[in-house]
Amino acid sequence: MTQAQTIQTNPGEALPLPEGVQGVVADWSSDQRAFKNVPWGKAMMWIFLLSDTFIFSSFLISYMTVRMSTTEPWPNPSEVFALTLFGKNIPLILIAIMTFVLISSSGTMAMAVKFGYEKNKKMTFILLLITAALGATFVGMQAFEWSKLIAEGVRPWGNPMGAAQFGSSFFMITGFHGTHVSIGVIFLIIVAIKVLRGDLDHQRPGFLTGRKGNYEIVETMGLYWHFVDLVWVFIFALFYLW
Amino acid sequence: MEHAQGQQPAIAAHAQGQQHPIGVYLKIWGLLFILSTASYLVDYFHFQGYLRWFLIILFMLLKAGLIVAVFMHMMWERLALMYAILVPTLLLMVLLGIGALEADYTFFTRGVFFLKGLL
Repeated sequence: MTQAQTIQTNPGEALPLPEGVQGVVADWSSDQRAFKNVPWGKAMMWIFLLSDTFIFSSFLISYMTVRMSTTEPWPNPSEVFALTLFGKNIPLILIAIMTFVLISSSGTMAMAVKFGYEKNKKMTFILLLITAALGATFVGMQAFEWSKLIAEGVRPWGNPMGAAQFGSSFFMITGFHGTHVSIGVIFLIIVAIKVLRGDLDHQRPGFLTGRKGNYEIVETMGLYWHFVDLVWVFIFALFYLW
Repeated sequence: MEHAQGQQPAIAAHAQGQQHPIGVYLKIWGLLFILSTASYLVDYFHFQGYLRWFLIILFMLLKAGLIVAVFMHMMWERLALMYAILVPTLLLMVLLGIGALEADYTFFTRGVFFLKGLL
């Protein structure tokens, strides 16, 4: 290859990307990758989360449908999920604590992403572990809540408090969300170990994909974790408070 | 040599990714705590009817917006990604409408059925 060819094939500096709606058109019509400035792992995580949004929305909308169409009275969540603490009956207290635990885990996750991009291994590892611990606490409290309800006779096909659809909606929606949290905790621990071992600094290939490790996977992990928190915001409002 | 220097900033910018001061996250964390407390208090003080619905939906959407915009960095992404993720979720409004119509109809026919049983 001659010197002249080398210079011709060198693309040099890229043109600045247009912003706004013009940018949307330019990004999608470029016959290249549509999502600029984003690692593809992150774009794919966003698309997975979009599909997961549709799954959870289908659950919540079918819950709305059965709740609107039942002729039996719906059990009052405020009373069903009340706990007796220090001799006082406090409505919905367990769910409120679970909400604060999950929001806190989202906060520590966001900071883990920040420290990850700063290549601060120790802080990223600690924050990821705190996030995983808070997630595990959440799942533990959910297990407690399930046992309590099952002991009170709530089943997917009926319950002593009212409409039978209460049980099926409850176990389906919180069960699916709890599964997401549990999977998230496992992956948080895996990512935390990768960070501590220095896999992301040394670009060590991943276990499944063989792609080089980098701190972008902490942000991709964070997207999943924040989504789990996001879904809980909707479940908390629509199932527990409605 | 010249082109090597030209590409240097682009690589550095890519490696930095989404970097924002820690205060942003702490403030949003605080806001989420306040909003969650507020929505819990709606239940605690037994607000009923349209006021309850309005407050619950308002706090829910505010919390969801803060999480997506700041924690998930959506507000700093390019508009193409924002549209690709956020616009398809609007389709769910159609499913919501269909669900509500169907539920009303089912409730009505069940009412008719049970009334006939009583007569």
